[in-house]
Amino acid sequence: MGATIVEKIFSMKCKKDVCAGEVVMAPVDNAMIHDITGPLAIRKFYEMGGKLVHSPERVTMLFDHQIPADSIEAAENHVYMRNFAKEQRIYNYDLREGVCHQVTMEMGKAAPGEIVVGADSHTCMYGAGGAFATGIGSTDMGFALKFGALYFRVPETIRVTANGSFQKRVGPKDLILSVAADIGADGATYKAIEFTGNTMEAMNMSGRMTCCNMAIEMGAKAGIVPPDTITWDYISRLRNIVPFQLESDNNASFIGERTYNVTNLSPQVAEPHNVDLGVDVAKVAGTTIDQVFIGSCTNGRFEDFVEVAEVLGNRNFSDTVRVIIIPASRQEYLKTLRAGLIERFVTAGALVEAPCCGPCMGGAFGLLAPGEVSLSTSNRNFKGRQGSTGASVYLCSPATAAASGIYGEITDPREVE
Amino acid sequence: MMRVWKFGDNIDTDAIIPGRFLTIYDPRELAKHAFEGIRDEFASEVKTGDIIVAGKNFGCGSSREHAPIALKGAGITMVIAESFARIFYRNAINVGLLPVVCDEAGSIIEGNSVMVDLTGGYLIVEGEKLPIEPIPDFLMRIVNSGGLVEYAREFEEVPVCIASHQ
Repeated sequence: MGATIVEKIFSMKCKKDVCAGEVVMAPVDNAMIHDITGPLAIRKFYEMGGKLVHSPERVTMLFDHQIPADSIEAAENHVYMRNFAKEQRIYNYDLREGVCHQVTMEMGKAAPGEIVVGADSHTCMYGAGGAFATGIGSTDMGFALKFGALYFRVPETIRVTANGSFQKRVGPKDLILSVAADIGADGATYKAIEFTGNTMEAMNMSGRMTCCNMAIEMGAKAGIVPPDTITWDYISRLRNIVPFQLESDNNASFIGERTYNVTNLSPQVAEPHNVDLGVDVAKVAGTTIDQVFIGSCTNGRFEDFVEVAEVLGNRNFSDTVRVIIIPASRQEYLKTLRAGLIERFVTAGALVEAPCCGPCMGGAFGLLAPGEVSLSTSNRNFKGRQGSTGASVYLCSPATAAASGIYGEITDPREVE
Repeated sequence: MMRVWKFGDNIDTDAIIPGRFLTIYDPRELAKHAFEGIRDEFASEVKTGDIIVAGKNFGCGSSREHAPIALKGAGITMVIAESFARIFYRNAINVGLLPVVCDEAGSIIEGNSVMVDLTGGYLIVEGEKLPIEPIPDFLMRIVNSGGLVEYAREFEEVPVCIASHQ
């Protein structure tokens, strides 16, 4: 019996053959903490009797959810983490770099074959870089800080194969929303999702990150794209690393296989209040919206903003809508800025904010009042996610968000000339 | 008298504790905002020893450990669900809130008396036994320690890559 890519990663790290269902104590190559879950992880580290962090050079620390500090409590949490970083000699990116997942990828902290954990559920995004990456809670993170290792149940894998070329204005977000609608919010619980097929092979890193990011929305423990030249080119620019072969064996055992053809895929919109309620944009077109958010770890990259700019052209956003645009990181912000897109967005009436999680987590700013409707390129539309539990959040791609921002209602981006 | 709080499918962590309260770490303070806007009477009426019974995918969404901590701070001792989201399940075990998987959770109604027998592998609901999924051995060790913090205090380093079949 062959092995899946996930089984191979755990076998390499554990220096023995392990297969799905086994529980292993595996070393952690990198651990990411941010300003929401980090303070609790540090408290747990101390409560566990921790004195020195096992491998401070393998910890990525930054602030992204509540920056600049939006409350005295947030400011105190930042101070607490800064002091811990100093004490433990952990490099702290503080509030300078942007959203944790984008920054972790950009800094080369997740490479093919590595095991990476983050105290945030969308840590599964790093599977775009060929790593096994999974979100954990603060107590597990405290454990990882103390011991440099963590218990894992090696997951079974569902293989998702996507073939075909997208229509214009249709892309990775539409694919992953349609996959989530098919697999369901709990269809991949405790499993890994491996993304393959010629659509994935042709997809750039930004799109792969969008897909892997949302694996958690199906309950998955990890999402992963087998590393290819696109992956190795990306990671090789960030650190010295020798490419090697890493893929599932032909005779590996998958617990599920799904195949999709994207050729006729329409832009997808997830209706309130669950991510797996994706429908063709036609079904919800015309829905009046109050706010558009374009950003987040899911869709806050330069490639996303290029798509927005192409749809926008020389138009303005509707003055009935608040359009909030937030690049996911300083690097993505600079690329967007240098390409002249920030000026275009501001001219069109958008509010462009500095890199952070923004309205996605419903805590810092951009909150919704009861009865308001938001269209968002982020990853979750749970009741109350972006403010009042009486508000509604729809999820979509950057192209659909841009088209809808122009007209003040949900709009098929293919219909915008 | 123990009370059953009944919830449906896909109860996410934003519903359990909204994002704007995540600067709070004190369990009792968090408990004051549990299910705020979703089920407002919960925080004021919940009593120590109450339990939650839910459908599929309880605790989906964010990795925020504030969610099980808020429930534990409210006095909830056990969450019974048809299934749990992965991170919530593990977080609950880690903080000492017992997650119990029971296919027939849907048959439990508010007002029922519910007890659990982990070794026997069943719930006793109004005198009737309902089978539950066993908690994996390695997690049971954490449960028996009282949570991952207590478990982790027992040693200074861990043997990496000890594999065991479950």
